[in-house]
Amino acid sequence: MSIEVAGERALARRRLRLSGTAWVGASIVAFWIAMAIGGAWLAPYDQGTLVSDNIFDPIGSRFLLGTDYLGRDMLSRLLVGARTTLGLAGIATALAIFIGAPLGMLAAVIGGWVDMALSRAVDALLSIPTLLFGLVIVAAIGSYIPVLLVAAALAYAPGHFRLARALSMDMNVMDFVEVARARGESPWWIARQEILPNIVMPLLTDFGLRFVFVVLFLSGLSFLGLGVQPPDADWGSMVRENLAGLSDGYAAALIPATAIASLTIGINLVIDSLSARAGRDISRDGA
Amino acid sequence: MAPLVVVDGLCINAHGIDGREFPIVKDVSFTIEEGQVLALAGESGSGKTTIALAMLGHVRPGCRIVGGRIRVGDADVLSLTPAALRDLRGATVSYVAQSATASFNPALKLNEQVVEIALTHHLMRHAEAHARAVELYRGLALPDPEGIGECFPHQVSGGQLQRLMAAMALCAKPKLLILDEPTTALDVTTQIEVLKAFKNVIEIERTAAIYVTHDLAVVAQIADRIIVLNGGEIQEAGATNAIIERPSHAYTKTLMAAVRPPPKIGNGSDSKRIASSMPPIIEIKNVTAGYGGVDGSGNPRIPVLWNIDLAIRRSSVVGVIGESGCGKSTLARVIAGLLPWAAGTVLLDGAALPPRVKDRSREQLRKVQIVFQMADTALNPRHKIASILGRPLEFFHGKAGAGLKPRIAELLDMVRLPRSFADRYPTELSGGQKQRINLARALAAEPDLVLCDEVTSALDAVVGAAIIDLLKELRRELGVAYMFISHDLSTVASFVDEIAVLYAGRLVEAGDTRSVLAPPRHPYSDLLVSSVPELRIGWLEDTAAMRATKAALGGVVTSTVAGCAFADRCPFRIEGLCEREAPPARRTDAGLVIYCHRTLEELGSPRSDQR
Repeated sequence: MSIEVAGERALARRRLRLSGTAWVGASIVAFWIAMAIGGAWLAPYDQGTLVSDNIFDPIGSRFLLGTDYLGRDMLSRLLVGARTTLGLAGIATALAIFIGAPLGMLAAVIGGWVDMALSRAVDALLSIPTLLFGLVIVAAIGSYIPVLLVAAALAYAPGHFRLARALSMDMNVMDFVEVARARGESPWWIARQEILPNIVMPLLTDFGLRFVFVVLFLSGLSFLGLGVQPPDADWGSMVRENLAGLSDGYAAALIPATAIASLTIGINLVIDSLSARAGRDISRDGA
Repeated sequence: MAPLVVVDGLCINAHGIDGREFPIVKDVSFTIEEGQVLALAGESGSGKTTIALAMLGHVRPGCRIVGGRIRVGDADVLSLTPAALRDLRGATVSYVAQSATASFNPALKLNEQVVEIALTHHLMRHAEAHARAVELYRGLALPDPEGIGECFPHQVSGGQLQRLMAAMALCAKPKLLILDEPTTALDVTTQIEVLKAFKNVIEIERTAAIYVTHDLAVVAQIADRIIVLNGGEIQEAGATNAIIERPSHAYTKTLMAAVRPPPKIGNGSDSKRIASSMPPIIEIKNVTAGYGGVDGSGNPRIPVLWNIDLAIRRSSVVGVIGESGCGKSTLARVIAGLLPWAAGTVLLDGAALPPRVKDRSREQLRKVQIVFQMADTALNPRHKIASILGRPLEFFHGKAGAGLKPRIAELLDMVRLPRSFADRYPTELSGGQKQRINLARALAAEPDLVLCDEVTSALDAVVGAAIIDLLKELRRELGVAYMFISHDLSTVASFVDEIAVLYAGRLVEAGDTRSVLAPPRHPYSDLLVSSVPELRIGWLEDTAAMRATKAALGGVVTSTVAGCAFADRCPFRIEGLCEREAPPARRTDAGLVIYCHRTLEELGSPRSDQR
């Protein structure tokens, strides 16, 4: 008895221990989340005000990251933009997983024509390139924040659906699901109680991965001028705005691009360690 | 001459999850002479496989050899360099694992895999190795020795694959062969052939062997000496006949008692008289079921069960036996509503039962519960025992919150587990404990019938016997009926009231235990009864000699639409009749029914009686 309790504690300790790279990733992500929350207060200037007489001021003591193509403070815009970028991507990814994953689990549990219909519909959605899909919706309805969110959610829900369905299919043949089925449980109960707890780790991993895609998707839309509209700051649109300066050697376009890259890398580092551990968990349970 | 293998004071430790080490093999010493077969017998966790693997200089991850010496031939195994160890493995010491199916590469032909060791160690030329492989196939009594090597693993049967694995291990003429439960996963009828082949080839090759098993009856057939292990320590060691005939250690006696009581001792169970007067809880009438939907004529595309008739009385136990693939698990799934039948009717308490789960009433669902073979996959690893047991209480009896706890405690008491288990997760439990939880979950519904699908097959003999005892007690206390599915006749015979024998999806014989086990018997029941290993030296030879006088018993199961399914394996087949026409039901006064073209008198004649 006491050995097992001690074992559980050791396990809990091991769960908290992250690898070195995961720590780096987690620090980057934590930094950007902190900026998304508190960035607006930390920003030295208003993000929309022309604070400098010059455009493309270089990095310096007055404007820590220089100014953009209109003479606005880059640092302030980057900090305020963090909230837009992370917030939008977070909400859109959450929407996508809440649409995709339950449908995927149900498709696997119910099977038959329900599975067939859902899967073919998802295949159809997947056959449209994501960015094109977003472009069509935004171009047709207009570039409003809710439209952007729905477009991103619809574009990424099929991926969640496919993963949730594949994972659930593996669980679906397990005897404990058969037992629940023989008891007469509803498909929704089986999906929620028997399947979800076993697939939640890979689903979360996928959430993190797809969050990055959504950041890139929204940045892409912004870059094309269909995303977040000026004068609101958003990392994607900031890259586009300042692109003209790039050929003249100004760093303004690189700064938001670096921010996007660092967030992407950070999240991926965390995910890698999470998925490695999910693999270990599964192998331990299997033993 | 010095012994071939000397193991002296071997100690192996394992890492616990908390990082502490604990011993799993404690000061084990033994020797093996050339050509001798040593059996390591014990339950799982006794350290038998760990010791066997140490002969290869291998320990499983998380384990460490902490002391002792192993010498095989002139090699001091534990001090070898990795390169020298590679030369030792396969060439000097080779290994046959329990699951041959998992040990063959499905993409390569059998020959390539059998000769691989000899070629990678540069011990033989290609042609020489192939000639040697064919010679081994012949020694192992494989069909078509010249041609079988050109097959892929999926084209041969499980028993053949197990023999091919022995050929693979023997190809490079190793000095020591390690057989790790090589027949445990096989059907009894196949097991005999494989055992005989192993024994034969070991004699021809004069290889020393270590035979790892939990089954003393198997050991008695093949080993020269036996070491009985428990908890990593040697309990008793000695010559086979001494141990089998005069076991001195208490643990050896437990192990022997748990192993296969001869099926003749069907203990015409105590509640027999009561049970026979009970109305049936479930009646299966002319049920046909299968997979892949139904074709135009209403038959399943891939039929698994044909025209099954079976009734289970209240509080009685019906054993369903047959080889793997005979459809016995499908029968359980059909009754549970997981696989709707294509034709026929099933009555529950005299009322028609809908084929599908979703059309059944909650009360109908409650009355029939199912317990699966694999205790590991039948419990959701993410739920605590309390919520696993709580759900059927909530679902069938509307209990919730505070009302659950006392009932869960009661259920744990019922299956003889401590109440504190309610807060544990399934991964913290042993196989036998998990199976008890499975049983408790079924009982939580307060069912009238529990379908037990091979519930003891994945467990050790001792643990399995304890589960059977528990089932008996529960039946006495609760009056629940069981349908007990097993491939192991001796397990079934020890406690069921009635037996139904299935072959290739058809019922071949059904009746009360005593009548089924005694003549007259269906030729297939006959084969099953005579295939159960007995705890007696020389049983294998006797059985094999007797088999040799009968033709065609080595055949494989084929499913035919017309005629008797057993016709092509049956030694008493009537040409021109059995393979064409479905056999009639022959009934005795005692209620026994046998589906055979031969009359009861013929079936009961000395020609078909084994003893």
